[in-house]
Amino acid sequence: MNALHHILTPALAAVLLAGCAATPSRVDPLEPWNRAMYSVHETVDTAVIKPVAQAYVRNTPDPVRTGVSNFFGNIDDLFSGINDVLQGKANRAGDAFGRVLLNSTFGIAGIFDLASMAGIPKDKNDFGLTFGKWGAPDGPYLFIPLFGPTTVRDGTGWLVRIYTSPIGYIDEWAVRWSLWGLGYLDTRAQLLDSETVLDTAALDKYRFLRNAYLRSRRYQLYEGNPPPETEE
Amino acid sequence: MIRRLVILFLAPLSLCAVAALAQESPDALVKRVSEDVLASIRADKDLQAGNQAKVKELIESKLVPHFDFTRMTALAMGRNWRSATPEQQKQLTDQFRTLLVRTYSGALSNYRDNTIDYKPLKMNPGDNEVTVRTEVRRPSQSPVPIDYSMEKTADGWKAYDIIVAGVSLVTTYRDEFGDIIKTSGIDGLVKALGDKNRGPAPK
Repeated sequence: MNALHHILTPALAAVLLAGCAATPSRVDPLEPWNRAMYSVHETVDTAVIKPVAQAYVRNTPDPVRTGVSNFFGNIDDLFSGINDVLQGKANRAGDAFGRVLLNSTFGIAGIFDLASMAGIPKDKNDFGLTFGKWGAPDGPYLFIPLFGPTTVRDGTGWLVRIYTSPIGYIDEWAVRWSLWGLGYLDTRAQLLDSETVLDTAALDKYRFLRNAYLRSRRYQLYEGNPPPETEE
Repeated sequence: MIRRLVILFLAPLSLCAVAALAQESPDALVKRVSEDVLASIRADKDLQAGNQAKVKELIESKLVPHFDFTRMTALAMGRNWRSATPEQQKQLTDQFRTLLVRTYSGALSNYRDNTIDYKPLKMNPGDNEVTVRTEVRRPSQSPVPIDYSMEKTADGWKAYDIIVAGVSLVTTYRDEFGDIIKTSGIDGLVKALGDKNRGPAPK
């Protein structure tokens, strides 16, 4: 209880401060709220999640961590393939499902990424991009504590994915929640390196992350050829 | 004695190499420098462990000479560049350069397991500006496109922007710089960069 109090008090103080500093803009109409959420995230992450992720990296042998990443990467491939189909990209869907097939069987539930060794390229695709291709606008930018940067459209995509993930179909609740937890830890651990870059590079981490996220999603949506941005 | 002779013979060779480099095409330059840096990291345990002094030395000696920091800073400043005094421009360029070197020093040791795929260069004879496209492949992860905007200078080709997965370094900083200048002016930006650079290197 006490620990929670320690986390929450500075978090709330930060929320109030951040809320005052920010003025909303066209790219980020919910900026004051988002900045508050970002402070909450930073506080909880620094206190709990980042240390756990660092401990996981320190205490887990590399091959085990690679196996864990591959296992969840295999599920990523499954969803990339589904979205390739939804976007009518037959070739990429073929690659993605080929990867899933090979890795799920001979790669033992995805733990070994044989498909990459066999030279089948890994590509990312997701529901957010599918909705975008179908014409859905981004909607406002959102920063969600313990989840990260997203938009209304991309966040909706993630909800669809979480509801349909094969992990959700596992009956044994202990196994199911362990896998959700491990997947979260794996993702967080993979972000440790890029986080160092963000820490050094950004004058304002919130703004840097937001702009990088929005630009990179735009680039993905337009498959490397985004139309020029309109000057403000 | 033999060693001295060898040096004597190697000296003119390295002069030839320098002359050849002056005419090196931009894609060949990117490839040579990238492979050189990757080879250095793979060969050196200190670099892999992230020994900051050594990493910084590697970046200063191998990467920095191939970047045009003045142009990068000018682009990141946008229209504010012209309203800065020459003294401010110099300070901004120095601070921005320091910031970028620091950032890369923190990141470089992560690149050990990467391989780089160099895309064919689209360039017309006489072009003074090109984009060199590469794709960084990481084990069991989707590849990351990294493009270099390069310009021809008297001193060989130099990069003035890096675009990682569609995110331009210069544009990202233009947002950052613009917001700071709006609230605290150009001197405010110089100060903000200086404070950032004097802060502890995050680990």
